[in-house]
Amino acid sequence: MKITEEQVRYVADLANLRLTPDEVSRMARDMESILGHIDKLNELDTAGVPAMAQVLFDADETATLRADAERNVLPNEIALANAPQGGGGFFKVPKVIER
Amino acid sequence: MDISKLTIDGIRSGLKARTFSAREVCEAALAFAQAENPKTNAYLYFSSERALAAADAVDANIAAGGEPGPLGGVPVAVKDVIVTKGVRTTCGSRMLERYVPPYDATAVTRLEAAGAVIIGKANCDEFAMGSSNENSAFGPVRNPADLERVPGGSSGGSAAVVAQGTAVVSLGSDTGGSIRQPASFCGVVGVTPTYGRVSRYGLVAFASSLDHIGPFARNVRDSAALLAAIAGRDEMDATSAFAPVPNYEEAMTGDVRGLKIGLPKEYFTGLASETGDLIMRGVEALKKRGCEVKEVSLPSTEWAISCYYIICTAEASSNLARYDGVRYTMRSADSPTLSAMYRNTRGDGFGAECKRRIMLGTYVLSHGYYDAYYLKAQRVRTLIARDFQKAFGEVDALVTPVSPFPAFKLGEKLDDPLAMYLSDIYTITGDLAGIPCMSVPCGSTAAGLPVGMQILTNHFQEATMFRLAEAFERNGGINAA
Repeated sequence: MKITEEQVRYVADLANLRLTPDEVSRMARDMESILGHIDKLNELDTAGVPAMAQVLFDADETATLRADAERNVLPNEIALANAPQGGGGFFKVPKVIER
Repeated sequence: MDISKLTIDGIRSGLKARTFSAREVCEAALAFAQAENPKTNAYLYFSSERALAAADAVDANIAAGGEPGPLGGVPVAVKDVIVTKGVRTTCGSRMLERYVPPYDATAVTRLEAAGAVIIGKANCDEFAMGSSNENSAFGPVRNPADLERVPGGSSGGSAAVVAQGTAVVSLGSDTGGSIRQPASFCGVVGVTPTYGRVSRYGLVAFASSLDHIGPFARNVRDSAALLAAIAGRDEMDATSAFAPVPNYEEAMTGDVRGLKIGLPKEYFTGLASETGDLIMRGVEALKKRGCEVKEVSLPSTEWAISCYYIICTAEASSNLARYDGVRYTMRSADSPTLSAMYRNTRGDGFGAECKRRIMLGTYVLSHGYYDAYYLKAQRVRTLIARDFQKAFGEVDALVTPVSPFPAFKLGEKLDDPLAMYLSDIYTITGDLAGIPCMSVPCGSTAAGLPVGMQILTNHFQEATMFRLAEAFERNGGINAA
């Protein structure tokens, strides 16, 4: 399997990840080698085998439900304490409209 | 008081006999750890204030006629992917360099409720991604057994502090071997419990269907005591198990006569090495204690690496999407638009291995590839879990190597990510099946490098695993007479 730099830039775009030109060429090499190994899975016949959707769960389906009652939550100022930019009780971000 | 030799029991009896106070143990542990740390870089920082407050609470309780608690006064290190209220938690990443969590992980709350004293946060691979601890943004950890070598990863710091004696026990996390492999490289005990046995509330998520919290210790008893303190249902983690926590202490009788042990042949082919020889000596020692040993087969093993690196990267790409410059301390300057802010912050904040896994995960989940990769891997995961179920129909426990080789030199595998991934072969299968597994010291190579023996049991059968490991340890390990 060949991974081109164009594919790397496309995937990086999906992942919202800025990569430098050097990182793009290195990533193409690494992904090609790792995906080359991973592709061997296609040799294995898994027809009729269910996909694992849950690792392990030992109780009733509804066991994790709780009463819909109000509980202590983080106060606004503490929840915002790690924000790079906060203000007025909100997370501040740059303009959303322009891309 | 020699901090580097203390055990949980030793501390409890010392406290009860008033030989020392919890504050004295805490101060001595902090002083020793701070003096030794430049050698290994195993601690990222110390939580002295919080530790001393916890120690004073233990002393006050004893002075009032109370018991020290199951972990009373025990100095503990916590891997830096587990959040601690008011104590920086970086996950070994620039992205979270200044992150101070507003809450405690359940495991941390339970440790302190049991009387433990958290003295610092342990270095690790960035977001727990790596097998050598070289992916930490704050420098690698060095192996106390040989400072030119890696301690393993990703919980390299948690393993190193216990081996070095700068903490009595520690918490790590395991997604594909990140507790057992560093435990084996550093010559300590490391336990990955059943999936769901320990709450992950407050464990920074890497791959949620594979992530575990588990203990490191210098002996099996201490590892079992630590697990007992943190295990059990937690309503803050919907995946945490309801099954009651058995009494591990009572299970460690030293008597393993008649226990059936399976050696999966796929784990021993091509293992003509010092590691293989040491593991076989360990198996011989177990036979001498009366265990019955037979060969079993886990035929899907050869697909495990591919399966694991699809699932873990897919889940990681999703879990790491939250680091976008909005909520978690870091935002790159010169980002005039929202989109530029996302891209720049993530480009600047993540290291090479995180980027690689985000890219692989995004790729395997992207349009047109989902069925071929992610769904295929989930089917293969079912086959791997079935292999184990079949084996546990025949035997009580499986014994295997932890790693194909002992600790390697710093830098030796950094340029070949595939080779690094392939070295996880013996540990990732247990995580994929969600079964408990552990590494127990099994001698050293001629060069003095520790080797770990892996013991795996069926879901929630930690007691059998501890019984076997403790009997092995009690009778002198591979040197059993």
